[in-house]
Amino acid sequence: MARPRPGQLPTLDRRSVLKVLLAGAGLAAVPGLAACGSGSSGADSKTVTFGSNYSDPVPRNAIKAVLDGFKTDGLTVTANTKDHNTFQQQINNYLQGHPDDVYSWFAGYRMRYFASKGLALDISDTWTALGDSFSAAQKEASTGADGKQYFVPFYSYPWALFYSKSTWAKYGYQPPKTFDELITLGNKMKADGLTALAVGQADGWPQLGTFDQLNLRTNGYDFHMSLMAGKEDWKGAKVKAVFDNWKRMLPLYQDNALGRKWEDAAQGVLAGKSGMMVIGSQQIGQQFAQKLDDLDFCAFPTIDPQWGTDTVEAPIDGFMMSKKAVNVDGGKKLLTYLASPQAQLTYLKSDPTSIAANAKVDEGTYNALQKKCVQFVSEAKHITQFLDRDTDPGFASDAMTNGINKFLGDPNSVDSVLSGLAEQAKSIFTG
Amino acid sequence: MTADTLASRLVTAPAPSLTRQGNRLNATRVALHTFLVLTCLVWLAPLLWAVFASFRTYQDTATNGYFSWPRELTFTNFVTAWTQADLPHYFLNTLVITLPAVAITLFFSSMVAFVVSRFSFRFNLTLLMVFTAGNLLPQQVIAVPLYRIYLLTPLPSWLSDSGYLLDSQFGLVLIHVAFQTGFCTFVLTNYMKTIPKELTEAARVDGAGVLRQYWQVILPLCRPALAALATLEFTWIYNDFLWAIVLIQTGDKMPITSALNNLSGQYFTDNNLVAAGSLLAALPTLVVFFALQRQFVSGLTLGSAKG
Amino acid sequence: MTLAEQLDAGTGTTRPPRRRARRKSTALSLTDRIVLLLMVGIPAVVHVALVWVPTIGSIVLSFSEWDGIGGLSDIKWIGTKNYVDVFTAYPRFWPAVAHNLIWLVFLIVIPTAFGLLMAVLLDRKMRFSSIYQSILYLPVVLSLALVGFIWQLMYEPDKGLVNNLIGQVGHINWLGDSSINLYAVLVAAAWRHTGYVMLLFLAGLKALDPALKEAASLDGANSWQTFWRVTFPVLKPINIIVLVVTVIEALRAYDIVFIINRGRNGLELLSILITDNIIGESSRIGYGSAIAVVLLVISLGFIITYLVQVFRKEERS
Repeated sequence: MARPRPGQLPTLDRRSVLKVLLAGAGLAAVPGLAACGSGSSGADSKTVTFGSNYSDPVPRNAIKAVLDGFKTDGLTVTANTKDHNTFQQQINNYLQGHPDDVYSWFAGYRMRYFASKGLALDISDTWTALGDSFSAAQKEASTGADGKQYFVPFYSYPWALFYSKSTWAKYGYQPPKTFDELITLGNKMKADGLTALAVGQADGWPQLGTFDQLNLRTNGYDFHMSLMAGKEDWKGAKVKAVFDNWKRMLPLYQDNALGRKWEDAAQGVLAGKSGMMVIGSQQIGQQFAQKLDDLDFCAFPTIDPQWGTDTVEAPIDGFMMSKKAVNVDGGKKLLTYLASPQAQLTYLKSDPTSIAANAKVDEGTYNALQKKCVQFVSEAKHITQFLDRDTDPGFASDAMTNGINKFLGDPNSVDSVLSGLAEQAKSIFTG
Repeated sequence: MTADTLASRLVTAPAPSLTRQGNRLNATRVALHTFLVLTCLVWLAPLLWAVFASFRTYQDTATNGYFSWPRELTFTNFVTAWTQADLPHYFLNTLVITLPAVAITLFFSSMVAFVVSRFSFRFNLTLLMVFTAGNLLPQQVIAVPLYRIYLLTPLPSWLSDSGYLLDSQFGLVLIHVAFQTGFCTFVLTNYMKTIPKELTEAARVDGAGVLRQYWQVILPLCRPALAALATLEFTWIYNDFLWAIVLIQTGDKMPITSALNNLSGQYFTDNNLVAAGSLLAALPTLVVFFALQRQFVSGLTLGSAKG
Repeated sequence: MTLAEQLDAGTGTTRPPRRRARRKSTALSLTDRIVLLLMVGIPAVVHVALVWVPTIGSIVLSFSEWDGIGGLSDIKWIGTKNYVDVFTAYPRFWPAVAHNLIWLVFLIVIPTAFGLLMAVLLDRKMRFSSIYQSILYLPVVLSLALVGFIWQLMYEPDKGLVNNLIGQVGHINWLGDSSINLYAVLVAAAWRHTGYVMLLFLAGLKALDPALKEAASLDGANSWQTFWRVTFPVLKPINIIVLVVTVIEALRAYDIVFIINRGRNGLELLSILITDNIIGESSRIGYGSAIAVVLLVISLGFIITYLVQVFRKEERS
């Protein structure tokens, strides 16, 4: 191509090229200059840094109200808020980089994993001071493999079969006690012109909850936890039984489950177009925001009477301290505050769909849904944290999500899905 | 083709008869224009659809669906996106990353192009090949070791308030420079090769060192190419998505592509709001595009058409 | 600046050539050598340190088992086990390879042909030509994340434009049905790629001597023959560039798919598999690096072909 003749294109004169280059170099120093006054994190012992994934407006304001109430010893909290999903994605790099003193996280496998890798600070002393504010099950969920505590619970929310009271009253539905009753109920809903089970699997994780419920009811808590730890055979008869049961539910599923977001599915329940949904109280509660008193739930029905409905899946959100924390004292004080009833109730004022973790909380401020959740969780013999928090996250996000998607897209592929899961489990858990 | 051969061809060939190329309106032309107009309408449809959605309220589309006449058209979404997502702050972040990155990239690549095009060293070809190949690698291939390098490299606090290359905007600038230098070097080398050697010879004989030759002779002549590349690089670096996720840990330091995530709720997505926010975020590139189209085009083509 | 003015006047320098024979004027002084070294050295160091060293790092890490936490001492070396696992025990791998190949073929066949057609149509004096061109390559300026979002709105089963226009509201799940969603996404990718290709072809067509076309039509050739015998051969260097650019774009595809559904359910790509394993909570660094090396090898194959092609001409000229 011929060289463009001079004058063909508008040109910059030499001075402006120089200006641009200098401006460029100057701008590179701006972030440094702008940060000049802020000081590095935690150098000031009056400040506690707080890594937060409460990124959306409602939780963000709620947590801010909580932090504003922290008045111990004249300490102030600087919050570093990152988008919820990004925070989780970056957690490994974050903890090895220069993490904040205190950060939000979840109970379960991942928490234990960080502890065993030396990324979390042992806060057993804080736990001793907390005394009997928490149940044995909650303490167990906050304990690492070495028997020390690393996590402080904040709130939790149960997973169950949720429905709209008014819709069920209108058609005269009753909560199913057994799996057969569930199938019958679903067929009745279809006959009445509703979608039986609202399903939104576009984000990949919601149906992991359904797997958990089916496995807990079919094979019990101990087998479930063992399977999550990679110690059971995915190709075995027990897991196959779970999927056989699942196949019976599939005719009740909303169509295009794989292409719909769970928010839209929940909106269908709210609008009276869908009969019921396997989901967590926090998720569907936020969709029912204006009509919360219309939301009700029942336990996922019994499949094997040996287990009944003894296990409740109720993920716990809370906080941990990083091993590299700069202000250890301040951090522990913040954790103590966050574990207190006042802090938790302050948060729940903006989120009336979850329940506080602290047992000493005054339930007078709870709405009907929350009171039912408290009773539901307290009656549980075992509590699980949800599949992606109970097992290796790579296995959950990669193998399980995609395997279940494949099954939902083609239920007859169950054998190849299970052998795929078995191979990946072998590769991830022992390899 | 160099300017010389093209000129000589035009001199010897018969003069093109302008009458045959006039703007005449016949059936072929009408058909052509119709086809082009239809194609362009179809082409713009997706973008217009997003613009349409962004001007409607959430309640409106939730009740009536998107494929309906709007009850009202409003700027609310744009205002909410601007304030709720704190867009001005993220725009500034993006500028702080993009402008220095573009400037330094052009600076570096023009220097390398100068050396490679003016002087024949043995390593010239290898160097050029290394740079060009480096630009074509997929980003995922280098993400993990890059993170490690960044984690371990300390920086003075005036360059990075985290104290390290990791989680600093300077770090993002640096990786953009490293990645984009290849393409710009390639383009500028080709461009500089068309500048006659006599000019730098003359300057050298006049006593100018290589630095002066570069700064006062070659660089001014490259203005069109530099402008073109600047436009192109601005767009590419601005639109980048992956590096911030890997290399930035503090929410407040992220460029605008990540800020849009704040708009979609943890548990809920308002498509109209996200559409408005995305369009706002795309505005700088669109402005640059419309204002500097010719540079953009020549930037893309300078690197490719070796006449 | 006299030299610049001379160039602008198009006269070039008038120095006598015999000066070049004098050795003294062509030798480089020490200062010059140092300056040149710095001019090349600093950019080269930055580029190699931040691009090539990590690439080597990825290759090395692909033989390890590591979760990304801890230092060098925490890395377990396991030879080729990662590769074996990727090729035999990873259900998403071969579908991802297939999808990348489909992406490549689709981009080569459709947007390239369409871009060529538009370039040929627009390469003439006509009114509005630049407006048409601008509209057609507008999508190139948009970020891929935005492109993904826009097309998500289009493909929505209930509320999107596509289903409403063809009267299939709620029936066709463009993005949720794994048998068609890859093609739906490819339409979006092609929407963007066509403009890019069209530009490249337009530039190439400008290199075509209009006198040749004149001569051909004077000889009695119709447009079709003129195109194939005269235009197309001249486009050969551009064709190669377009091919390589298309291949690289196909291998690099990531943003659109990530925005739509994180690369699941029929939209798996090699780049997605890599990031799923190394970024995010799962953190199987060695495993992800092995997949990265696979992508690297495929990319390098095409990159080297391109380099050989381009730089062989370089050496000859």
